[in-house]
Amino acid sequence: MAKHHISTTINGEPVEFLCETQQTLLDVLRDELGLTGSKEGCASGDCGACSVTVDGRLVCSCLVLGVEAEGHSVETIEGMADGENLHPLQQKFLEEAALQCGICTPGFLIAAKSLLEKNNNPTETEVRYWLAGNLCRCTGYDKIIRSVLDVAADMRSA
Amino acid sequence: MNTSQYEAPGSVDEAVALLANAKGNARVLAGGTDLLVQIRMGMADPALIVDIKKISEMTTVTAENGGFRIGAAVSGAELNENAAVKSMWPGIVEAMDLIGSTQIQGRCTLAGNLCNASPAADSVPAMIAADMTCTIAGPNGRREASVGSIATSPGKTSLADGEIVVSLFVPAQNATGGDAYLRFIPRTEMDIAVVGVGVNLTLDGNGVCTAARVSLGAVAPTALLVDDAAKALIGTKVDDAAMDNLAAAASAACNPINDKRGTIEFRTKVAGVIARRTAAIALERARSN
Repeated sequence: MAKHHISTTINGEPVEFLCETQQTLLDVLRDELGLTGSKEGCASGDCGACSVTVDGRLVCSCLVLGVEAEGHSVETIEGMADGENLHPLQQKFLEEAALQCGICTPGFLIAAKSLLEKNNNPTETEVRYWLAGNLCRCTGYDKIIRSVLDVAADMRSA
Repeated sequence: MNTSQYEAPGSVDEAVALLANAKGNARVLAGGTDLLVQIRMGMADPALIVDIKKISEMTTVTAENGGFRIGAAVSGAELNENAAVKSMWPGIVEAMDLIGSTQIQGRCTLAGNLCNASPAADSVPAMIAADMTCTIAGPNGRREASVGSIATSPGKTSLADGEIVVSLFVPAQNATGGDAYLRFIPRTEMDIAVVGVGVNLTLDGNGVCTAARVSLGAVAPTALLVDDAAKALIGTKVDDAAMDNLAAAASAACNPINDKRGTIEFRTKVAGVIARRTAAIALERARSN
């Protein structure tokens, strides 16, 4: 069967790619487009390492088909920094050592950015529930949660 | 693997025609949070995938007869952001919101939760308690069915080959009614119900319960509508004695399995406890309406 020719927008840029029906958006990002920042942890929507947004909605890219990207706008970790300038969440994760091995980090950053765009004054409980679908086996979460709360506070005072 | 045809039709009629021609080896894609996992695990390899998210009737929530019609592809996140639905039926929206993570909420649907036919589906007891129905389209046209009639056993539904759930309808809540859903899980988030209970009840001006529906999940092969539990509330002021009777009726209705998430004894006991707590929330909501 012929591959699908998909026209989409990724990190603000028009992108075209070819994919099979059963290739996930994560497969396409990593294997067809070389955008390997989104990670495959579980491939079943449990770990959040593949988090991206589609039309601003936070999703697991392992649970979206590549063909579904047609005509939509996808944001990945590769679009988070502005050139050499890290996003405040990326900067804070570094300052507060909110990562160790780093596999979960792109997913946490995308998910946290999505939260702060909806709510720049979340409680600690709200942050923990929002990020419940992102698993980290290194940090014990506290440094991640603290980083997100600190960036939210910085945003409010800016 | 990787040989599926993919179609994203623009109308229900086109979707039905595609499914009819596929002769059973097709799957409907709404949120994909079950389907893509099944494909990945080798449990599904459909020749055709029909994506319903380009069908406007299936992606919108509309007011109807005082209640709401919820398209089969409306995500949990969209439902949760719908202030009108959340205000009238908080129990349904809260049940839906318990499914998976923020990421899953961005995709998962009520209709998908229903048609996946898991006995532990969180939204289903809440929908049964609210007496919800669904509109089904198939080769022979459209039909209506109660939500409680869809799942027939774990993973199996009463939908015929080529049939598809188009939308779900929740009627108007009574002016002095309230609904609620609670589940027991051994942690606080991201888990599958060991017991789930949906309660919907209506009070009269004297605070006497005039109507009630109680539904249990995860304690039988399908979600149960427990008439005896409703009868325990109807005609009472939902006092302690009524709550005791409700709990006993809920436990008596259980027909659970033993598994790693809970024993038969545990589920049976906890069904009564959770029924009581859920009814207390529904009662509070009915009193404040």
